[in-house]
Amino acid sequence: MKIRFKIQRFDPTKDKKPHYQTYEVEAAETDRVLDCLHTILWEQDGSLAFRRSCSHGVCGSDAMRINRTNRLACQTLVKDLRWRRPIIIEPLPYLPIIRDLVVDMADFFSKYEVIKPYLIAKTPPPPTERLQSPEERALIDEAAKCILCGACTTSCPSNWANPHYLGPAALLKAYRFIFDSRDDGAAERLDVLDDQHGLWRCHTIFNCVEVCPKEINVTWHIAQLKKAAALRET
Amino acid sequence: MSVIRHDVIIVGAGLAGSMAALQLADKYDVAVLAKCYPAQSHSSAAQGGIAAAIGNMEEDRLHWHWFDTVKGGDYLTDQDAAKILVHEAPEIVYEMEHMGCPFSRNAEGKIAQRKFGGHTRNYGEAPVLRACFSADRTGHALLHTLFEQLVKYNVHVYPDWVLADLLIEDGVCRGIVAWNMRDGELHVFHAKAVMFATGGGGQAFLITSNAFANTGDGLVVAYNAGVPLQDMEFFQFHPTGIWQRGILLTEGCRGEGGTLINDQGERFMEKYSPKLLELAPRDLVTRSITTEILEGRGIGGKDYVYLDMRHLGAKKIMERLPDVHSFILTYLGMDCIKEPVPIQPTAHYMMGGIPVDVDGQAKINGDKTRDCAGFFAAGECSCVSVHGANRLGTNSLLEAALFGKRAGRQMAEWLHEATLAPLPADPMGRFRERIERFKAAPGGETQGAVRRDLKHLMREHCGVYRTRELLQEGLEQLRELKARFSRIRPATNNGRPYNLDLKETIELENTLTYAEVMMTGALAREETRGGHARRDFPKRDDVNWMKHTLAHKQPDGTIRLSYSPVALGEFEPMERKY
Repeated sequence: MKIRFKIQRFDPTKDKKPHYQTYEVEAAETDRVLDCLHTILWEQDGSLAFRRSCSHGVCGSDAMRINRTNRLACQTLVKDLRWRRPIIIEPLPYLPIIRDLVVDMADFFSKYEVIKPYLIAKTPPPPTERLQSPEERALIDEAAKCILCGACTTSCPSNWANPHYLGPAALLKAYRFIFDSRDDGAAERLDVLDDQHGLWRCHTIFNCVEVCPKEINVTWHIAQLKKAAALRET
Repeated sequence: MSVIRHDVIIVGAGLAGSMAALQLADKYDVAVLAKCYPAQSHSSAAQGGIAAAIGNMEEDRLHWHWFDTVKGGDYLTDQDAAKILVHEAPEIVYEMEHMGCPFSRNAEGKIAQRKFGGHTRNYGEAPVLRACFSADRTGHALLHTLFEQLVKYNVHVYPDWVLADLLIEDGVCRGIVAWNMRDGELHVFHAKAVMFATGGGGQAFLITSNAFANTGDGLVVAYNAGVPLQDMEFFQFHPTGIWQRGILLTEGCRGEGGTLINDQGERFMEKYSPKLLELAPRDLVTRSITTEILEGRGIGGKDYVYLDMRHLGAKKIMERLPDVHSFILTYLGMDCIKEPVPIQPTAHYMMGGIPVDVDGQAKINGDKTRDCAGFFAAGECSCVSVHGANRLGTNSLLEAALFGKRAGRQMAEWLHEATLAPLPADPMGRFRERIERFKAAPGGETQGAVRRDLKHLMREHCGVYRTRELLQEGLEQLRELKARFSRIRPATNNGRPYNLDLKETIELENTLTYAEVMMTGALAREETRGGHARRDFPKRDDVNWMKHTLAHKQPDGTIRLSYSPVALGEFEPMERKY
């Protein structure tokens, strides 16, 4: 069957502003949106630019806006969309566009770096592993699934309103370490989070939860951080 | 000409590259260059585990792991290198844990371990719990842990850069040429040491578990610069890829108890591997599935069999194989708790690569002399050789982290004495010629069509089973494909941001060379060993073929093969039964 795509195009070295281009692709209902983008790239228009790598929702490189919702192109099948109308493809919003669907993630990763996204242990490591019970490990299971695709942070209205807001992905990463039984860095991380651009900017809008391709309940994790921040002695 | 200087430039930000960078970060100016952002590297797609005989669940021994690795490699494994692999494995796993890797845990709070193909207790008696895992996201967990450390130690990363050339002159490596996708400009990286950690080339095949990034770039760039490639004919097809898509379903599915079923409802591995059944090494399981399909016992006579996990139950599947469950649901619309899943072998891993010693130093002449001083490699793009003719599952995450670390340490040693060797007269020349060739191409051919035909060709002619006729025809057709490739004219204008068309054309040319080297080695090797199965030579031939292949690029572009000895010693080669 024929599927129509309306794809946002933008070359910052040439174009003043983005425009849309329409393509028609022969595809099956079980094809991924990524397969259709490849058909366009390889058979119709070599000038289209997008990121992708693993093609099954693990590397996180092909997050984009598909019918106005942030999704992974490799994890979205044609049948998941109302494909009788043109499928609209745009880059992740609120990030600088390098070209077409390729965005510059530098700002996203700078927010990740701020929250000290690594284990902080005050005791020297034992000769074997640090022990952690399955229950303790379960606390960070969902948070550790994050693939850093950026779908959540760029879907967050609080982030749109205040670009300095750390955003859901960075907060989720902070949770992943603060609630890791092996970690001793909770206080120094909460100092970063308990800030005007930190976790109180989360107004539980749940956009992040709706778009997360790994089905992580990001807002719940941010709520745990808020509790931890509110309860700590100052 | 823009020249960027660092002490060390590492190409590839997966497990091997990141681990190496961390060994240097405190003392040296090290930079990592990659086609993608570091956490998007293909190490993240590894699912099932990382091997180490730490015995958290039951008795295990380093010597058993060593034996399994050598036998699993069909005795082409260099036994001294494999000894290092298994002996340093516990240290690597604990180090990753200390860095914060979220391993799954057993009831005692120790790292949990599961069974995996070819890993046995007591020299082949029965499967052993050896694979340390983080659900079915072990690669993701390890890669993100290392990325976190790159952030912590503030390692400089160049994302969206494509490797263009390797600069070796008079036996000394001087740097690389790379192409910045962001602005389309070429740059020279002038360094005292260069390391490739560029992964494999599974994109040569139609059905593959490999990422689009896995086009064999590092291998072919090294090869074109005069470095030979070792044992390239040995390629692993993972037994369980999602039918038609090739998406990996970890061996952990079988490690947790999943079975393989043919059209007659038979658990057919009973015929091929009475002792280890579905947990035989991958080459054997893949050949068994392929035989079942070729003999008409695929499901409904088609080219797949069933992976049955129903008896594992919802709890175990959701706890230990949650991603597998979700992949099957997303891409097949099936629930593996309730239904058996159609699978077929998928092109997965390259045993061969850039020949290196156990410290990651590349070897041009197949010996230990430093004849390309300052050039290092680790991970899938390298060949140590710890995997021999067939890699065991979970030994690759181990290899990447462990030999990445060793290469990093060795580079630190090298930097004590190394000076910045002058750049060649025209460092960008070779790559510019390539671009000029593209510009002068007549057009009328698309890279999409050539890529598609290459993938079909490799599947038909250099797949699970090979013959002389298939390989000869394949090489002939490959020459036609190369001729067609030379007509492709991608967009080459300078200053154009993220020129995917040009990047893919460069990658496709790399993959064509990669495929030619693989088929040439496969045609010459007249025996069946590990991941190289010849129908016309169905037995292993230790008298004539107990040796590593080295493929050298000749000045006229043709391939010359030479051979080097295998390091034997501890384990006497014997018939490989499981």
